[in-house]
Amino acid sequence: MTSAVQIRNLEKLYPLAGGVVAALRGVSFEVPQGDFVSIMGPSGSGKSTLLNLLGCLDRPTAGEYFLGGENVAEMSDDQLAEVRATRLGFVFQSFNLLSALTVVENIELPLYYSGRLNRDSRARCHSLAKRVGLGDRLDHRPAQLSGGQQQRVAIARSLVNDPRFMLADEPTGNLDSATTLEILQLLKELNDEGRTIVLVTHEPEVAALTKRTILLRDGLVQSDELRTPGAPR
Amino acid sequence: MIPRLSRTLLLAFRSLLLHPLRTTLTVLGILIGVASVVWLLAIGEGISRASQEQIASLGARNIIVRTVKPASDEFEGEIYGLTRKDFLLLSSTVPTLERVLPIREIPEEFRYRTRKLEGRLVGCTPDYAESMRLKLAGGRFFSDGDMREERNYCVLGAETAAKLFPVGDPVGEKILIGDEWYDVIGFMRDRAPSAGVGGSFAAEDYNRDVYIPIRTLWRRVGDMYVITKPGQFQRDIIELNQITLTVADTADVLPTADVVRDSIARNHTLSDYRITVPMELLEQANTTRLLFIIFLGLIAAISLVVGGIGIMNIMLATVTERTREIGIRRALGAKRRDIVEQFLMESTVLSIAGGILGVGIGLLCPAAVSLLRAAFTARFPEMQNALPELIRNVTPIIVPWSIPVALGIAVVVGVVFGVYPAMRAAKLDPIVALRHE
Repeated sequence: MTSAVQIRNLEKLYPLAGGVVAALRGVSFEVPQGDFVSIMGPSGSGKSTLLNLLGCLDRPTAGEYFLGGENVAEMSDDQLAEVRATRLGFVFQSFNLLSALTVVENIELPLYYSGRLNRDSRARCHSLAKRVGLGDRLDHRPAQLSGGQQQRVAIARSLVNDPRFMLADEPTGNLDSATTLEILQLLKELNDEGRTIVLVTHEPEVAALTKRTILLRDGLVQSDELRTPGAPR
Repeated sequence: MIPRLSRTLLLAFRSLLLHPLRTTLTVLGILIGVASVVWLLAIGEGISRASQEQIASLGARNIIVRTVKPASDEFEGEIYGLTRKDFLLLSSTVPTLERVLPIREIPEEFRYRTRKLEGRLVGCTPDYAESMRLKLAGGRFFSDGDMREERNYCVLGAETAAKLFPVGDPVGEKILIGDEWYDVIGFMRDRAPSAGVGGSFAAEDYNRDVYIPIRTLWRRVGDMYVITKPGQFQRDIIELNQITLTVADTADVLPTADVVRDSIARNHTLSDYRITVPMELLEQANTTRLLFIIFLGLIAAISLVVGGIGIMNIMLATVTERTREIGIRRALGAKRRDIVEQFLMESTVLSIAGGILGVGIGLLCPAAVSLLRAAFTARFPEMQNALPELIRNVTPIIVPWSIPVALGIAVVVGVVFGVYPAMRAAKLDPIVALRHE
């Protein structure tokens, strides 16, 4: 199986007033297609930096990042935007919905930038909203929805361009435990469809539901374990 | 696929409608600027058109030489002004002239039976009627023959005729002018008084006139005019009040004016005459008009810049306020260019909206001015009369090119003042923008 994501010796340095801070000091791993990976680590371990790099929001100081065979590390700002628009699905801890737009319009938003907006877009957004269980709330504004519902909108939005690779940044960090389970269940379904998912979390219970957990510490991979399905906790 | 431009446009409208008050106020800034461009130009055009018409009514081919009483500190005598010699000299030595018209005007009392009227006795040649654009209402004007024969014929102005002959035809009757009897051979139609032109030419009312052949006047009335009122005695000896020279060819007017100036100056030691050349005034008026347009344009430009700063101010505030939105859009795949376009489109929509509304309000200018004038006249009639005639009667004329120019400037203002905020928005780091609260 070809890998969805492959990173080699990824480094990210931040120049600060007191000197250079190394957020990532040579991280390498590979994510095969269809994998469901959780990235854990204490704060300051480089989780967020790694997620920004994986999400093509930033470029590494050194190292390589292959996304479906292309080295993203060498791409220009516009090319990165293109990748974000067409090949990535993003789910954030704080949902990041536009409060002025309705549910459907929020789901539709990435289509503006992928150039795929067309006459059938509305129908597609409606069916995605139904899929995440919000078929009856199409014209609501984000403020009228609960946290769990908002995250469902965000997931529907990340699916609108049908990406093969999805990134989730503590998607359940702002949710109660019952809603957390629902959202994780939804992500699991998406993974079962063959989408590769990388999820950042600091909750072991969340990580336990993924297939594999990478633990970061001080900008390096500390451990990388596969979880055998059905294995006792 | 929905065209990119219309998508961006839609987005801009949606964002602007989220803050209706803010949007309205920003649009107002541009609106006032654009409307003032249209208004100022329309009023300027109205004033200059009116003054040009006045000047043109004096005749673009005319050179008007008029007697003026010299200042009292320079001159205490009685004999001054244009002379018959001036008239003969001009008509015999200046070759470019088509017509030379001598005029003598004397305040006089006209009587018919028991009716009498204070008016102006005008001695002139048969050319006078045509030169002053006077039309006959009945009878005829006197002829060259009448003049040669020095006949006691007279032609009445419209009001003179109406006052002395309220009923019946004046033609064929005799009226008393001074102590001489004159046969009425014709009377004129009503003519609106000519307006004064910029202080160099006094307004003239032709309706209380009586016209007689100038040779008759010289013989019967003479050159002396005596004012005898209680406590006042004044005697003036004037041969001619005015000589109106008509140049045959428009191109020769200005050179001829110079010749006329020299020629008269040679025979006059006193400044007892004044030369008015309508064509020179027209050229001056055109220069003034250009200056006026530049000046008004400057004022309008200032107000548009103020409007533009308003747009920039609002857009900068918007960018700060929407940092997180920018971050979200960037994370979802928006390129820097998309963000620039989004914000630039908003500022352009603001300015175009202001431009269109401004032109609309600008077009209301003529109606608004006449309404204002009516209201003003109704409330302060005395003040109204104190205003200069040009201002009192000004009719704004919309200058057609002012509309595209005003709209164009509005668009330019929107783009120019929108660029910086848009660039600021696009420069935001998506990661930082996403974390912005």
